Amino acid sequence: MANAIEAYGLVKKYGKVTALAGLDLAAAEGTVLGVLGPNGAGKTTAVSILTTLIEPDAGEATIAGIDLRKDPHGVRSRIGLSGQAVAVDEQLTGFENLDMIGRLYRLGRTRSRERATELLERFDLTEAAGRTIKTYSGGMRRRLDLAGALIAEPPVLFLDEPTAGLDPRSRNDLWTVIRELVGRGTTLLLTTQYLEEADQLANDIVVIDHGREIAHGTSRQLKRMIGGERIEVAVISHEDTPKVQRILAAHASGEIQHDPATNTLVAPIAGGAEILTQVLRALDAEGVMVEDIGLRRPTLDDVFLAITGRHAEEAPVATGEAVAAGGTA
Amino acid sequence: MKRFIHALADGSVIARRNVIKIGRVPEVLVFVLISPIMFVLLFAYVFGGSIDIPGGSYREFLIGGIFAQTVVFGATFTGAGIADDIHKGIINRFRSLPMSQSAVLVGRTASDVIYNVLSLLIMALSGFVVGWRFHEGLLNAALGFGLLLLFAYAFSWIMGYIGLLVPSVEVINNAAFMVIFPLTFIANTFVPAENLPTVLRVFAEWNPVSAVTQAARDLFGNLPAGIPEPTVWPLRNAVLYTLIWVVLIIAVFAPLAVRRYQTAAKRG
Repeated sequence: MANAIEAYGLVKKYGKVTALAGLDLAAAEGTVLGVLGPNGAGKTTAVSILTTLIEPDAGEATIAGIDLRKDPHGVRSRIGLSGQAVAVDEQLTGFENLDMIGRLYRLGRTRSRERATELLERFDLTEAAGRTIKTYSGGMRRRLDLAGALIAEPPVLFLDEPTAGLDPRSRNDLWTVIRELVGRGTTLLLTTQYLEEADQLANDIVVIDHGREIAHGTSRQLKRMIGGERIEVAVISHEDTPKVQRILAAHASGEIQHDPATNTLVAPIAGGAEILTQVLRALDAEGVMVEDIGLRRPTLDDVFLAITGRHAEEAPVATGEAVAAGGTA
Repeated sequence: MKRFIHALADGSVIARRNVIKIGRVPEVLVFVLISPIMFVLLFAYVFGGSIDIPGGSYREFLIGGIFAQTVVFGATFTGAGIADDIHKGIINRFRSLPMSQSAVLVGRTASDVIYNVLSLLIMALSGFVVGWRFHEGLLNAALGFGLLLLFAYAFSWIMGYIGLLVPSVEVINNAAFMVIFPLTFIANTFVPAENLPTVLRVFAEWNPVSAVTQAARDLFGNLPAGIPEPTVWPLRNAVLYTLIWVVLIIAVFAPLAVRRYQTAAKRG
């Protein structure tokens, strides 16, 4: 299958700070590429380059088969962008915003209005269509911004941290919409700070740090690298700790870690909820009192720890700069 | 040709959006309408009574200068509007769309003409109240207003360019005033250019703001008989000289601004 997004060796420097240090990206038609990384890793810089907002210092890219450098206008007519900073006009209504964007995609008056109405309906904004964006909640703004990116039904879509700052319900709603889009053949590049989001939506995940790839694979491959879910047990009495250790050992797929300060034990497991149930039963049978117990999904931080040996946000001195320059770049 | 038509079509979409916004943020409109009234009254009463012009009314002489100064100041709105679009991040949306690269500027400069039409209208009315009249007929007066608007439109492109350069909306006023104050004061706006010391006089005589003021006064019939005819070419051919500047400003600043626009993006 042809690649709808293809980029080689993207480099972008801001003064002394390197936002992108030779990044390659590829997404096959109709698939979702997740770009995962902490703040300042270069995610937004990459999206800005691929959507023609900024020019790379080096590197090549084609979007939907069109050369980014040779025909930026052609690229623009085939993409939709919904950025991290919501790009809608505060003083216009939801309808006016979408209608304007449709006109600027040159859909014509009738078609723009049709599409605006359709999308407002689909994103559950019909009631708010006549209100100015000032009155919208964060989730509504995000939905409208995404609707703006979809007006012209572009074959390639770029979503830069689409769910950052959203509550879990709005996030789930947005995930549903995104799945629907991809189901209809749209190619999507999605940046995120959340492993769970990439896991939920992306076929292929590139983990980046300091503007370069540090890992690449499917969600399953990455998980195998860092281990799957863990059971975390906070034990009330230190006397019970050895018992808990023994119970967890029977179910763990790897080494059990113990944090004496909080008397918390963490055990990697191969299964999911069913193992948690078994552990709970065993603890109950032995009469162990626990303060807290739960399944913990691997986070971006775990990925980082596994790959780089350091936490995502606890960075060496040099990263401080990269964060400042790339912004939540 | 196709590019030109696209620029106009997309520009009109942007202009329409700006016009909708004028109605939604009435505070800006109030400022646009009140400050010209203030200018006319302040200058007419503070200076109007204390400066004598041989063979005419200083107040009438002054009005043309205030018109010119106010429309030039009005161009600042263009810069503020552009800077605001960048600050609010909507520029990222526009720049990712397959629209004409000049549309945001074409649309903004066009919609800002409305501000200047309104402020000229308000100033003319307040002028009437304080005793200003035009004496050369309605057609000439209309030409005078048209020339002022045209000059203001050209100036909008300068301010639009500055709006793309400044790091934030707040800076635009200071940046603009650094250009506008010398241009509107070292001119014949408030005193006849002949009365200025040599260096300033030469600047004032060749200053396009002087020319548009002179042209407006001439078309309104507000040039007092006691002031000697100007001797320098720009002021003797004030209409032509103004038009030359209009063309020159747009020819230089439109391409500069459009090029700058293509690299403008909200970061962070």
